[in-house]
Amino acid sequence: MKTKIDRVIEQYPASVFKNRKEHVLVRNTEAPEPQTITANTRTIPGIITNRGCCYAGCKGVVLGPLRDAVVLTHGPIGCGFYTWGTRRNKGRTRGDEQNYLNYCFSTDLQEGDIVFGGEKKLRKAITEAVKIFNPKTIMICATCPVGLIGDDINAVANWATKEFGVKTIAFSCEGYKGVSQSGGHHIANNGLIKHIIGTGDKAVGKYSLNILGEYNIGGDGWELERLLKKIGYDIVSMMTGDGTVEDLKSAHKADLNVIQCHRSINYIGEMLNTKYGTNWIKVNFIGVKSTIKSLRDIAKYFDDPDLTARTEAVIEEELAEISEKMEQYRKLCQGKTAALFVGGSRAHHYQYLLRDLGIETILAGYEFAHRDDYEGREVLPFIKEDGDSKNIENLEVEPDPKHYKVTLSQERYEKLKEEISLNYYAGMIKDMPNGTIVIDDLNHYETEELLKILKPDLFCSGIKDKYVAHKAGIFSKQLHSYDYSGPYAGFRGAVNFARDITMGLTTPSWKFVTPPWKIEPMLEGSYVGR
Amino acid sequence: MLDLTPKEYIERSALTINPAKTCQPVGAMYAALGVHRCLPHSHGSQGCCAYHRKFLTRNFRDPVMASTSSFTEGASVFGGGTNLKTAIKNVFSIYNPDIIAIHTTCLSETIGDDIPAFVAQAQIPEGKLVIHANTPSYQGSHITGFSNMVKAMIKYLAVNSNKPNGKITILPGFVNPGDMREIKRIMKAFDQEYIMLPDTSGVLDAPMTGKYEMYPKGGTKVDEIIDSGNSIASIALGSFASSDAGYELEKKCKVETKVLKTPIGIKATDEFVMAVSKLTGKQVPAELEEERGQLVDIMVDCHYHYHGKTVAIFGDPDLVIALTEFALSLGMVPKYVLTGTPGDAFEAQVKYMLEEAGIEGKVKALGDLFTLHQWIKQEPVDLIMGTTYGKYIARAEDIPFVRIGFPILDRSVHSYLPIVGYKGAMRVIEMISNTLLDRQDRDAADEDLELIL
Repeated sequence: MKTKIDRVIEQYPASVFKNRKEHVLVRNTEAPEPQTITANTRTIPGIITNRGCCYAGCKGVVLGPLRDAVVLTHGPIGCGFYTWGTRRNKGRTRGDEQNYLNYCFSTDLQEGDIVFGGEKKLRKAITEAVKIFNPKTIMICATCPVGLIGDDINAVANWATKEFGVKTIAFSCEGYKGVSQSGGHHIANNGLIKHIIGTGDKAVGKYSLNILGEYNIGGDGWELERLLKKIGYDIVSMMTGDGTVEDLKSAHKADLNVIQCHRSINYIGEMLNTKYGTNWIKVNFIGVKSTIKSLRDIAKYFDDPDLTARTEAVIEEELAEISEKMEQYRKLCQGKTAALFVGGSRAHHYQYLLRDLGIETILAGYEFAHRDDYEGREVLPFIKEDGDSKNIENLEVEPDPKHYKVTLSQERYEKLKEEISLNYYAGMIKDMPNGTIVIDDLNHYETEELLKILKPDLFCSGIKDKYVAHKAGIFSKQLHSYDYSGPYAGFRGAVNFARDITMGLTTPSWKFVTPPWKIEPMLEGSYVGR
Repeated sequence: MLDLTPKEYIERSALTINPAKTCQPVGAMYAALGVHRCLPHSHGSQGCCAYHRKFLTRNFRDPVMASTSSFTEGASVFGGGTNLKTAIKNVFSIYNPDIIAIHTTCLSETIGDDIPAFVAQAQIPEGKLVIHANTPSYQGSHITGFSNMVKAMIKYLAVNSNKPNGKITILPGFVNPGDMREIKRIMKAFDQEYIMLPDTSGVLDAPMTGKYEMYPKGGTKVDEIIDSGNSIASIALGSFASSDAGYELEKKCKVETKVLKTPIGIKATDEFVMAVSKLTGKQVPAELEEERGQLVDIMVDCHYHYHGKTVAIFGDPDLVIALTEFALSLGMVPKYVLTGTPGDAFEAQVKYMLEEAGIEGKVKALGDLFTLHQWIKQEPVDLIMGTTYGKYIARAEDIPFVRIGFPILDRSVHSYLPIVGYKGAMRVIEMISNTLLDRQDRDAADEDLELIL
């Protein structure tokens, strides 16, 4: 039998159809073998994709949120300009530190630089940045033409480090590398491991954590920080929302890494595990039940009765604060359906929060995920590398003789592994009910058709899709920028999300879409006497 | 807020901080959206297209459709020909536009892709069109990109078929759909037929109907662009965004071109109205004369709200030039005038206006907002006028701020309402006045809070 999705993609020309059919699946919980999906392959030219580029993943996502570094875009003006203040990675200035989040730095390359090389201008730009700001760290991010004209940004970074004593790191994240933002995440991860993490030695408290893959969009990271500190954890570093290079330097000293966004930062999680012996667990602080589970999982890792008791007390306290409000919103949302198309984790995370509100997710897809984000990390050994993924360095690290520590006995490790997502992510697909649709690198044509066919009440995507859905009468919520609201993480965040979703679904505006004269008969008869 | 910006000015020649411009392709994309049933196509890597679509969508709060050649490293090494040909084939078969408007990026320009050669080899269905503009991001700004795309439309499509159509071609420049509607209303008041190119009204301010249309009703029709070659004259509004297209029409189709300022403010609108009147031999309609009278009435009645106030104006060159002129007409003092777009003509024109008015102000093309902030730190102003990006400076220095120009990302409705023409000038006065008076009210002591102002 043809599925709804078949009817959409069979309209494609043959070559596109052949490609796209591998990127979709209808969830079959009875399938004898685990279902597979193709992901992290190049988008076909001409397809209106939502994907961005390598630079966006490196500078825009991972490095951009660091408060205390001058992140200098080496290239023509656009790339730097578009990543200036647009991603809502909030950061608060502490004391007299240098906070660069409201600044955008670019070499603004001109034609002459493209012809004769941009290194000279880059050196000069760094010299000027040092003279004006005297920063502690400079990060150079390359854009497309930089790689093509052969600027040696690593040499410039080494020169600047030596010349000014300012740690300068080069990231070769030219936009054309890889197939999406994902390659850029990886490049940024590699750079942070190579040059920053492990170089500091700040004092670390008991129950210390790094929060990985939390970009503090709308203040999500602050909400997590509040919760975790309330329980008694010491947050060593946030990667990278409201984060600092200064904190990152000592990240290797934390007891545990918790990973929120698997796609963008799992490399650091894995490398910290190999290099320093630090374990990571996959958490999800989006949704009430999933927040509770994540808090309990972290407590299980430390296996301390006091910490466990404190965790339960905090959960109870937080629940008491929000339960009534959540119940009110749930009554208004119950029975609605949602389609989600977001980055590399949120399409999974938000299903939990929507479920808390009685909203069923009928379609979910990732923009730049890999197969492991869909199917679980068990497929990693079976993912075939292609030419595009081979272009991104797979950094090999070795145990650090000085800092490597074994934190769990083999026996305890095995036991914990059965109970929590220890050094493991199970992926999105397993959580999706029978008959729901999973779709990778959703494009405009598919969005338009699937909205028509599935008629979800709610479409959670980004700004490029938002008004397409609105024009079609479907409420759309941006899950990249939260429509400038938030936080949505944790208990209090869940209420904020519930409030915003309810507002969008119930705003009286929807009632005015059809003008009254299209509904009411406008010709009124009256007797005219002769 | 912006705590690291020092007061003392340190000369910079390589480092841009907080730019007041962006790159060519986004302007080309905006222009192409103003053609009916046109799909803009970005020949480069996906990121460019994604950034530009996001940026335009945030400004207009309407869908912005555009496709991309999705370059990978292979295409960057071996050339983007295969990508472009595949893209053209897929776009026509999946999205079915009438015309594809290709713009390049710094990536495809650096590797030297020959677009016309690729297009010549592409499969283009009967009756469909593909045009292109070179828009390297390392030259000019988004305004240059807009200008290049409009010029390309004329170059590819306009034909003088010796059948004069009695129309005036209006090249409105990089303005909002609301402005384009206002300019069209002025032409209608003259009862003068026109071709507007591009025309994003009805595309980026399309109504909510409950049905999504990938190609909304608005936009200049291809037939109209072809027919622009038969018009009696063209009026290019804004020398930076429109003059190249106007001169191209003159060169290609022998259509006389008049380059005017963007009609923001009373003088620039007068010039536009006079030009239409002279070109058509039609009298200025009473309706417009009445509006002008209303505007002058407001200017006289409210002058004390803003006369003598110092103002910093930044944004795109055509808008800033006209806005500076209007500020002078209002008796304001444009102390700092800055655009991110390169252009000696900008500096010359603004300096001349300031000199005429006996004002000593700082003027800069190819400037950035770090410079503007430093100027303000050295000597503050009473008001800042510019794009959303000015809000950081306004907050840091606690200066009233009027949002005007492109982009405005943090306020809505602006793209629907005009700032051009006499009506638009009234709106600009309202914005300036209200912003200054809101500040006066906020700062007033209880005993000084005036009920009537």
